Amino acid sequence: MGTRYFGERVKRNEDPRLLTGRGTFVDDIRLPGMLHGAVLRSPHAHARLLSLDTSKAKTARGVVAVYTRTDLPEHLQQPLPKLIPHYALIHHKTQYALAPEKVRYVGEPVAFVVAESRYLAEDAAELVEVEYEPLPPVVDLTQAAQPNAPLVHEDMGTNVCAHHTQRVGNVEDAFARAAHVFTERFVMDRGTAAPMECRGIVAQWEPKMRQLTVWDSTQAPIPIRNGLARLLGLPQGGVRVIAPDVGGGFGPKIMMFYPEEILVPCAAMQLGRPVKWIEDRRENFVAMNQEREQIHVAAIAVDSDGRILGVRTNFLYDSGAYIPYGIIVPIVASTTLPGPYKIPNYHCEFKAVFTNKTIVSPYRGAGRPHGVFVMERLMDRVAKELRIDRTEVRRRNLIQPHEFPYEVGLIYQDNAPVIYDSGDYPATLAKALQMIGYDMWPERRARYRREGRYVGLGIACYVEGSGIGPYEGARVTVEPSGKVYAATSVGTQGQGHFTSFAQIVADALTVPVEDVVVVTGDTGAFGWGTGTFASRAAVVAGNAVHLAAQAVREKTLKVAATKLEARVEDLELQDGKVFVRGVPGRTMTLAEIAVAANPLRGTIPEGWEQPGLEASRYFAPPRGTFPNGVHACVLEVDVQTGMIKILKYVVVHDCGRVINPLILDGQIHGGVAQGLGGAFYERLVYDEHGQLLTQTFMDYLLPTAMEVPEIEIGHLETPSPLNPLGVKGAGEAGVIPVAALIAQAIDDALMEFGVRIAEMPLSPNRLLEIIQAARKQPAAAS
Amino acid sequence: MKPAPFKYVAPESLDDAVALLRRHGQEGKILAGGQSLVPLLNMRLARPAVIIDLNRLRPLDYIKNGKDVRIGAMTRQRVAELSPLVRQKLPLLAEALRYVGHPQIRNRGTIGGSIAHADPSAELPAVLAALEGKVVLQNGRGTRTLGADAFFLTYLTTALQPDELLVEVRIPAHDHLGTAFLEVARRHGDYALVGVAAVVDWNGGRARDVRLTFTGVGGVPVRVAEAEAAATGRPLTDAVLAEVSRIVSAGLDPEADIHASAEYRKHVAGVLAERALRVAVTRAQRRERDTR
Ligand SMILES: Cc1cc2nc3c(=O)[nH]c(=O)nc-3n(C[C@H](O)[C@H](O)[C@H](O)COP(=O)(O)OP(=O)(O)OC[C@H]3O[C@@H](n4cnc5c(N)ncnc54)[C@H](O)[C@@H]3O)c2cc1C
Repeated sequence: MGTRYFGERVKRNEDPRLLTGRGTFVDDIRLPGMLHGAVLRSPHAHARLLSLDTSKAKTARGVVAVYTRTDLPEHLQQPLPKLIPHYALIHHKTQYALAPEKVRYVGEPVAFVVAESRYLAEDAAELVEVEYEPLPPVVDLTQAAQPNAPLVHEDMGTNVCAHHTQRVGNVEDAFARAAHVFTERFVMDRGTAAPMECRGIVAQWEPKMRQLTVWDSTQAPIPIRNGLARLLGLPQGGVRVIAPDVGGGFGPKIMMFYPEEILVPCAAMQLGRPVKWIEDRRENFVAMNQEREQIHVAAIAVDSDGRILGVRTNFLYDSGAYIPYGIIVPIVASTTLPGPYKIPNYHCEFKAVFTNKTIVSPYRGAGRPHGVFVMERLMDRVAKELRIDRTEVRRRNLIQPHEFPYEVGLIYQDNAPVIYDSGDYPATLAKALQMIGYDMWPERRARYRREGRYVGLGIACYVEGSGIGPYEGARVTVEPSGKVYAATSVGTQGQGHFTSFAQIVADALTVPVEDVVVVTGDTGAFGWGTGTFASRAAVVAGNAVHLAAQAVREKTLKVAATKLEARVEDLELQDGKVFVRGVPGRTMTLAEIAVAANPLRGTIPEGWEQPGLEASRYFAPPRGTFPNGVHACVLEVDVQTGMIKILKYVVVHDCGRVINPLILDGQIHGGVAQGLGGAFYERLVYDEHGQLLTQTFMDYLLPTAMEVPEIEIGHLETPSPLNPLGVKGAGEAGVIPVAALIAQAIDDALMEFGVRIAEMPLSPNRLLEIIQAARKQPAAAS
Repeated sequence: MKPAPFKYVAPESLDDAVALLRRHGQEGKILAGGQSLVPLLNMRLARPAVIIDLNRLRPLDYIKNGKDVRIGAMTRQRVAELSPLVRQKLPLLAEALRYVGHPQIRNRGTIGGSIAHADPSAELPAVLAALEGKVVLQNGRGTRTLGADAFFLTYLTTALQPDELLVEVRIPAHDHLGTAFLEVARRHGDYALVGVAAVVDWNGGRARDVRLTFTGVGGVPVRVAEAEAAATGRPLTDAVLAEVSRIVSAGLDPEADIHASAEYRKHVAGVLAERALRVAVTRAQRRERDTR
């Protein structure tokens, strides 16, 4: 098979539609008789709910229903389902559709108003009378872990819901015999994914058909369908969940069930009219899951050459008020930490802690940025203290190309061992150094200093888990029209699946890529799968698409062989037609073969397996595949204002075979932008009462096109041996090392002052404080 | 994020607008470009009973030349920014406008709206204060003209009476002066943490007159007279500038918010004062050279 599209910079099939405003997002769904919901949310971080009076709201203009918890069916008054249990997660507390006797974070839903318009629903929500008895909130992560802290869930007697340890080798021994041990505390604060499209749900109940249709801006339409069927007492076939165009997911939209995902379908079924709820930006800030808050105390033990003997981290993970998604994030953080380095002895231990803040679940990176920040900062520390070049320290510890598969000795988020499948870490580092001009850096740095400018270079390495199981599926169909359809189980939130999957199919069936119509995220089109998360869609669904397309190709040849009275070996598929080799004129188009494969009379031969040119296939990887990369940058610090400016940014990335470099570049650009946000702009600020002070984009600062630099990208391709296409995930690569990188570059720029960055995100104010504090220290080191 | 219910009127003439304001008084709220008001409405932080939309008042959209350049309240910020007259006669305003939000915001936002809104972090009030410009206010009984210092009272509060409309902004032409606007904002287009408008009347190697007006350090645009005095009548050497910078930092009493502490604002105001003076003087010297 000559590859035509795989690996090419094919322009995205979906862009003309999306860029001309012809996409269909949840808010574009408008149904006759549709009602609109508004959620009344708790203004308190921690309070007892004494009374709720909805009488005024119920009689307000245009109001059709007002729901409080006791208006819901008994079982929906209980905590919502637990996802992803873990033996270390002792207190798996999950959220409610509507708050019980107590509210536990600002934004927790208390009542749901349904009215003829969103305006009227919001007017009525103001009329619901709620009496709260405020309780002391616990906001600070360190404080929440203390024994005498106020309790988010009283019955636990503590706020610590999980305590988990993993060990490799013998860390005590390694630290005891090490020439040097360095210990440091690292703090990472909260952020939010801020997708361009907030969440949204429309539900329609057709009583005669007993059919529920739900449009949901989710990353997990199939699990939502399965769960809704169970919770609402419907057969799975009686529920169709469609994730139409979704304006960014980034992780939080994999979470389920958000309260509204229960409330909207329930109301639609009860009222017999379609109901829409669209999350507005202010709600999104408190009601969509957040991430990133962790505090690590970590240590590294090295010999006198800077070779790693052992690493230790002990950290706190803030889970917010509930922990529906389990302890995925801290597990990913602790298993990502070792990175590309050989660490013979490793101890990671964390406590997951409840606080009176919005729930935490994975957000692009999902712990990977934390692991990388800790490890890369420790490596920089070793380099500095031992006066070894920072890239040389890294090189001495890198896993070598001949050492794959490399077993790290840890258990990953998918409960499979962390085994790096392939890669060339020294080559990745070398390429990044070359692109950033590391050779010339000492002179360039000195020249900047002579000009009075504080310019620093950073270089940060990472390895990330991606493409985990359990499985995904796809169905490829050639219709009698000759058009090719591919339906997959994963949903799409902007990753370009309409193109990358189409490329895979187009290559197998030798048709133009524009002629392959990809359907994603509709349980009515494909009903088995888990969702788009953990950089897995291209790996898991992509390979399922590949297998299904190859099966259709074989079937095509088989049917054509019968019809053309030739042997399969003598047939050739080209430009969407089957030829008999050496017999010009004996040919059939895909359309003709599709018709022949589905006869009206007669029979179909046993070897055809099933009628039509269609095949469904599943791909279940044995475990995750591990891409790697190196980011490098040069940045300038204004030491009088604490402002930074990035002068050059380089990403070298190896995600195995690349399906579409254009799409990959886009993924990396977006990731770097989010990473820069997390390093210097974006921070969710909670006050001591648990009020979120950053509830608009005026206060929560996403980097804009003005702040994000040009990004130069270099690709390496070390195929994964774990899947037929040889691909690895690429969705999170852009974001992962950015905080570590910026920290190192700032340290480098401000070397004279002995500045050492150990927290993220920074701000001009905070950076200036750090600079001023360092300048006051007598005679900074080196 | 839907506004509370309100009535909407869109007068076709200035007289109608003034009459409506008079009728609705405290209950009424003027809508100009909507770039500050609409978010407040949507968050239900402002709940006027009546919105009086000025967008049909074409006669309030003008820029007129003179010793004072006169700008109609409904002139879009973007129009002013691109106006050759503004660029030539009001270089400080032209420079400051580029810091106001983004082109999309300036396409809607008005000159009058920004001044009337009186956000102490906003650029235009500082420009008006720095140049000692004036505003013209009108109600059913007539008009009055106020200087910037009498107009800006405190945070988001001006001398505008409930029945009054801001109809015109007057800014002295200052193409003979050296000016500079600098600010530190977290991102391009954000309201600045601190900003400064520097105005220098340069003559014979020293400043005859210096004005330094800051944004983001108080309830109104803030001038630091002591620092202005320290820069006046002396050659602006590094030492003098450092002294000015120190006086500025010491002389301000800003408040903290989630983006910057009071200490940060004081420090950066001093830094910006020094930098802006350097730029303003360089520009003044260039002008001197060019006109010679
Ligand atoms: C994303 C974004 C970024 C921004 N960044 C900046 C920035 O960096 N710097 C900055 O200065 N501004 C910024 N702004 C605000 C912008 O400049 C507004 O346009 C301006 O503050 C208000 O002008 P407006 O015409 O939009 O007035 P509106 O929002 O319509 O009105 C504002 C207030 O002024 C009153 N008002 C308006 N016109 C009159 C009048 N003629 N007489 C009496 N009262 C009147 C209104 O009743 C209202 O109270 C930003 C806005 C946005 C949305």
